[in-house]
Amino acid sequence: MELAGAIITLIGSVFLFLGALGLLRMPDIFNRMQAGTKATTMGTILFLTGIAIGHFESMGAGKIVILILFIIFTNPLSSHALARAAHHIGIPLAKKTVKNDLAEDEKKEEGGQL
Amino acid sequence: MSDIIYQIAGAIALAAILLAFIRMIKGPSSADRVVALDVMTIISISLIVFLALILQRSIYVDIALVYGLISFVGVVAIARYLERGL
Repeated sequence: MELAGAIITLIGSVFLFLGALGLLRMPDIFNRMQAGTKATTMGTILFLTGIAIGHFESMGAGKIVILILFIIFTNPLSSHALARAAHHIGIPLAKKTVKNDLAEDEKKEEGGQL
Repeated sequence: MSDIIYQIAGAIALAAILLAFIRMIKGPSSADRVVALDVMTIISISLIVFLALILQRSIYVDIALVYGLISFVGVVAIARYLERGL
């Protein structure tokens, strides 16, 4: 049981590392955000689950379950608030971007009001 | 055997914090830096629980919970400030 927990923790840490690597190498803030949020959420869940099932008695697994639920709920919320702020202050997209539906919709709405 | 695997996992998570820190220094805009800070705090939560395992002190899990709460509130407040809504 302890070996299984250790292996799950190792997989989670690989997810954390890949998320941080994507944060470093992506060309654009929105790409960086999706690399840095989704992979990190998955990695944290796996990391904490591995510790909780590897050392069930000594660590207090209930608190770790509460921590995992908390991360599942709050991590997308903070990322959404950041993406909204980045769009509203007008940070440009990467040069390779082919489609931006939100900007087109906003332009269309402004044209309709005028 | 499993202790060594746990320590390798902790070292990889520490390297991830280092990569996010490089992005926090380089980041062209302030929103990039806030994203890097968010990622760093989330990896830090994992590392605090890992520290609780290594040092055999389960009280550190509570510290990780409070740290996550405060970092969430801080990131949302900075996002509202960047949007000029605060």
